[in-house]
Amino acid sequence: MKKNGAEILIECLKKEGVKHIFGYPGGVVLNIFDALYDEKNLQLFLTRHEQGAIHAADGYARASGKVGVAIVTSGPGATNTVTGIATASMDSIPLVVFSGQVPTMLIGNDAFQEADIVGMTRPCTKHNYLVKDVKDLAQTIREAFHIASTGRPGPVLIDLPKDVTTGMAEFKWPKEVKLRGYNPTYQGNKWMIKQAAQMISKAKKPVIMAGGGVILSEAAKELTELAEITRIPVTTTMMGLGGFPETNNLSLGMLGMHGTFYANTAVQNCDLLIGIGVRFDDRVTGRTSSFARDAKIIQIDIDPTSIKKNVPVDLPVVGDVKSVLKDLLNVLKDQKEPWGEIRKSWLKQVAAWKKERPLTYRFDKKVIKPEFVIEKIYKVTKGDAIICTEVGQNQMWAAQFYQYDKPRTWLSSGGLGTMGYGFPAAIGAQIACPDALVFDVAGDGSIQMNIQELATAVINKLPVKVAILNNRFLGMVRQWQELFFKERYSHTNLETVPDFVKVAEAYGAAGLRATKPEEVEPVLREALKIKDRPVFMDFVVDWREKVFPMVPAGAAIDEMIFEDVEEKPKKKLKAVK
Amino acid sequence: MRHTISVLVENKFGVLSRVSGLFSGRGFNIESLSVGETIDPSVSLMTIVTTGDDQIIEQITKQLNKLIDVIKVVDYMEVDHVEREMVLIKVSPRKNDKSEFLKLSEIFRGRIVDSGTSTFTVEVTGDEKKIAAFIELIRPFGIKEFVRTGTVAIAREGIKKSNQ
Ligand SMILES: Cc1ncc(C[n+]2csc(CCOP(=O)(O)OP(=O)(O)O)c2C)c(N)n1
Repeated sequence: MKKNGAEILIECLKKEGVKHIFGYPGGVVLNIFDALYDEKNLQLFLTRHEQGAIHAADGYARASGKVGVAIVTSGPGATNTVTGIATASMDSIPLVVFSGQVPTMLIGNDAFQEADIVGMTRPCTKHNYLVKDVKDLAQTIREAFHIASTGRPGPVLIDLPKDVTTGMAEFKWPKEVKLRGYNPTYQGNKWMIKQAAQMISKAKKPVIMAGGGVILSEAAKELTELAEITRIPVTTTMMGLGGFPETNNLSLGMLGMHGTFYANTAVQNCDLLIGIGVRFDDRVTGRTSSFARDAKIIQIDIDPTSIKKNVPVDLPVVGDVKSVLKDLLNVLKDQKEPWGEIRKSWLKQVAAWKKERPLTYRFDKKVIKPEFVIEKIYKVTKGDAIICTEVGQNQMWAAQFYQYDKPRTWLSSGGLGTMGYGFPAAIGAQIACPDALVFDVAGDGSIQMNIQELATAVINKLPVKVAILNNRFLGMVRQWQELFFKERYSHTNLETVPDFVKVAEAYGAAGLRATKPEEVEPVLREALKIKDRPVFMDFVVDWREKVFPMVPAGAAIDEMIFEDVEEKPKKKLKAVK
Repeated sequence: MRHTISVLVENKFGVLSRVSGLFSGRGFNIESLSVGETIDPSVSLMTIVTTGDDQIIEQITKQLNKLIDVIKVVDYMEVDHVEREMVLIKVSPRKNDKSEFLKLSEIFRGRIVDSGTSTFTVEVTGDEKKIAAFIELIRPFGIKEFVRTGTVAIAREGIKKSNQ
């Protein structure tokens, strides 16, 4: 039987196991939305902005491991998704985005609401398509889901001209996808893995650096096993948080620009760095020429382009992290080294660094310190929540002062650093995991970038908890201005921050506020009781607080500055860029 | 180092901009790029001449391979191959330079493909060095304009020795 393109699209989504979609309607997608009207097995969540839809699909994907799906209209609907697509692309998140397009006949005519979205998203998608014939639709969708979810995942966009979704064709679900130009390598090279095992047993001072690849390939278990068997301390990148339990003794926490003293110090002093699912981003490496300067580097990654892109690598292993770690574990287990003995002095040294400078802040009895709020969130949730974040100081404190033990519990825009990501992502995560406790740790600046999604959360009774660390500033930028621009706070003082409690209430959400440290925990506990709508918690925090440790841009990662920099001058530091 | 890279791609809409966008987006050089269909009409072949150190060339080939529509990438640096480029050059030699110019063209196996009252258009084919040398030599005769096709390359077949 013949179906129209919109119906074929829906059949395909069901075949792909899609249950939830995020979207926003418009002229050229009317017939897709019409086909969704009677559809019982596919639920579309109407956001209040297309950026909200795409971040929600992204949060859904990160929390669940499934492909996130969004449908938007042509022109402005499509361009509104670009930031979200770029966000997903930088963090390798599987999305399939359907954008409406003007009828094929009109393409190129500057028709009403026409935008060359395929052209615009070419550099920020893993792949994209313009479907020109309804007969190709099913095949294209099948390919898109395949490409988005395999290899190094990423977003795929499908542009659907109106005549394609209204045109008729026989629906045939393609049995398989064959793309001669796309064959990701899953199995690591056996010889390379043997070499890696040898390097691991020879190393005296090894460190594992684990990234988002561990989470994407569901390899947290294998990573933990590797670390525990071989007694190697593990630091994670921000994207890797949750890939290795931070409550494990071997954890060094996060490294990089705002990483822990002991993680950065261990990396700079190690003799073997095992990069697993990491791409050595500049926020992690600092000045690359002095990054891990005494170490041999092993890099395990599914994407060959990640290898040797930023830092030289002594032993590359191209493959899926989970598969490579399994093979590596098999080789290592056969070696039966007295691991505990071999690592004893190194682990002692690492423990000493941990003791020397733990993550701290100065508690204050009168004003709320933002770090204190995060600690309390950790306490009241018992560490069993999904934490989404916005971007800025809020993000860094959330990374530092909460201990992530499980994968897919830390949802944050790493690569692109997109303010406005966290709240819609939290909505997506809550839809993916209805029973989970979902937080968005926000800044007063970022939350205003997608604050309209309060309506989405209210309508759908999503009990997302938004903890706004309200410092009345674009805090992270202010921090740089304070440290590197002589306290010239050019356009970072938000001055009139709205009354977030009233904003929440206006939307039908709950609004709570804490202005004193002793109110923090009660507000959080109150918020936890609310199960039928979102909550905004306005934590009025010390605006002067800064994120430490900090590696100034262009410095080596062990050239950190600390809170107490005035009292204990370390090295004279200057930001290069 | 100058590298000639051939890229076998799906003959699909937008593939040229995927490849050229990759170069511009990542700040890689393109000296020349030529594209054409192959025996299999579903496949096109691009020949790209680029420059960069080993690390950049490695990134270029890896990034090209990462594009879904790219089927195969060959860096001819590692392969024995033949390279050719064609130029069409319009020259207007002075009257008494004409025969000198024509002789020179002949030495380079140039073909005069058009002539006007005062100009000749000469076609020359060769590798990069030959073309460069030719252009240098005829520059004094007064080049009005020239166009180049960009380099194309093909691997040499190894000659098998017979068994006897
Ligand atoms: C969309 C976007 N615009 C600008 C920036 C640059 N930026 C990074 S952090 C930051 C300040 C964030 O302020 P706020 O949300 O209040 O968080 P805080 O740092 O105060 O916790 C800005 C403007 C960004 N990351 N994203």
